[in-house]
Amino acid sequence: MGEAIVITSGKGGVGKTTTSANIGTALALQGKKVCLVDTDIGLRNLDVVMGLENRIIYDLVDVVEGRCKIHQALVKDKRFEDLLYLLPAAQTVDKSAVKPEQMHKLINELKQDYDYIIIDCPAGIEQGFQNAIAGADRAIVVTTPEVSAVRDADRIIGLLEKAKTIEAPKLVINRIRNHMMKSGDMLDVDEITTHLSIELIGIVADDEEVIKASNHGEPIALNPNSKASIAYRNIARRILGESIPLQPLEDKNKSVFGKIKQFFGVR
Amino acid sequence: MKKRQNVTIKGTKDGIVLHLDDSCSYYELKKELDEKLSENQRSQAEHQLTHVKVDVGNRYLTDAQLEEIKNLIRQKKNLVVEKIESNVVTRAEVDKLKAENEVVTVASIIRSGQVLEVPGDLLLIGDVNPGGTVIAGGNIFIMGSLKGIAHAGVFGNDQAVITASSMQPSQLRISDCLNRAPDNAQNNEKREMECAYIDDNHQIIVDRLQVLINLRPNLTSLEGGH
Repeated sequence: MGEAIVITSGKGGVGKTTTSANIGTALALQGKKVCLVDTDIGLRNLDVVMGLENRIIYDLVDVVEGRCKIHQALVKDKRFEDLLYLLPAAQTVDKSAVKPEQMHKLINELKQDYDYIIIDCPAGIEQGFQNAIAGADRAIVVTTPEVSAVRDADRIIGLLEKAKTIEAPKLVINRIRNHMMKSGDMLDVDEITTHLSIELIGIVADDEEVIKASNHGEPIALNPNSKASIAYRNIARRILGESIPLQPLEDKNKSVFGKIKQFFGVR
Repeated sequence: MKKRQNVTIKGTKDGIVLHLDDSCSYYELKKELDEKLSENQRSQAEHQLTHVKVDVGNRYLTDAQLEEIKNLIRQKKNLVVEKIESNVVTRAEVDKLKAENEVVTVASIIRSGQVLEVPGDLLLIGDVNPGGTVIAGGNIFIMGSLKGIAHAGVFGNDQAVITASSMQPSQLRISDCLNRAPDNAQNNEKREMECAYIDDNHQIIVDRLQVLINLRPNLTSLEGGH
């Protein structure tokens, strides 16, 4: 019996879909059988980020309404041998097409066959959110170091805590710009974690490679050289229960000048 | 056999007290009260209002009955009921009274969009985050940081206070007073162990916690010396 993890944030555009795609990919790289579920009905993106858009035949609403079997709707990721699947959202209807009870049933069925179900939640706190959390056992809240994103994350954590069936949510801080955090123009990691007072499960630096990879339909987690990729892989390993220290935010590929500065202890 | 008196009138140093017996029926009581007050009428020449207290002993009177008794006495021109005393209260009244005087302890973080409301005093072990609200009929004591809204004395208690280990509220409300954080707040200064109260000018003042010892001595509920 697998576990269902919902990736949520409240605010839009903080990187829920990217995080879902990469955590799913990273878990598959660890040899786990993973199913990604896109619950952003009407505004589906996860298939695009995963590069699986062209293979969609049936979608989540087709399954819920009994037009097809679950396994018919699942899109297999060819980059993995039978480890990574995607259940795409419908694009032609909206969020009210599915009820929380139906989602709960669907996720429970998927849990029989997969180690991890990663549920990509839509922005907002309305029906789409209620659907997404209906079948979840755990939750990961994604935020960025912006006051508005943190405010929404706080609201979402409150709602998740009220849903008694979900474990205490974990936090991912996304799109960190180290130089801004250092100069105090952005909330820093400690400030955010103290404010939200939930466990931090990963920090991801703002990286142009992430956007490039998403546009090519290849999650960054597949590229072992990127910092963001390592961050996502570390999150996956922490989900699996390993204890891994947070990656330092400093840029490793410093210029020669930077190395000299470091040598002399100049900041 | 001499009939027992159901209504006795006594003059005390605080004024006239009407003792109404609590073992007879309400109907009998009413009748006798009417008679007693009517025969008393003659001696009252001057038209000065006299205040009376009514003691109904262990009888429970409904609001309608209370009104009836009051009216009955008021009809005797110069008698005004100042107060009706009864040894009996209903369970609902007791529960309400108890709730209003109770300190409710909550261990939680009040997050954006959440509202915590208690009828009496609130002791919060945790924070109030921006966008979160705590409301209490009495005082609010926050062991963590207050970054959201706190409303003390919500039923109109001007004596209510708000305390917090870290005071950075977006709004403070006590009774019908309101105070908000300045728009260009530089949150650099530490605002630790502070309290908010309403001063003589009906303004909310934020000050060191210790000033409450003199300003609100009633906060001490410990009885006897220490």
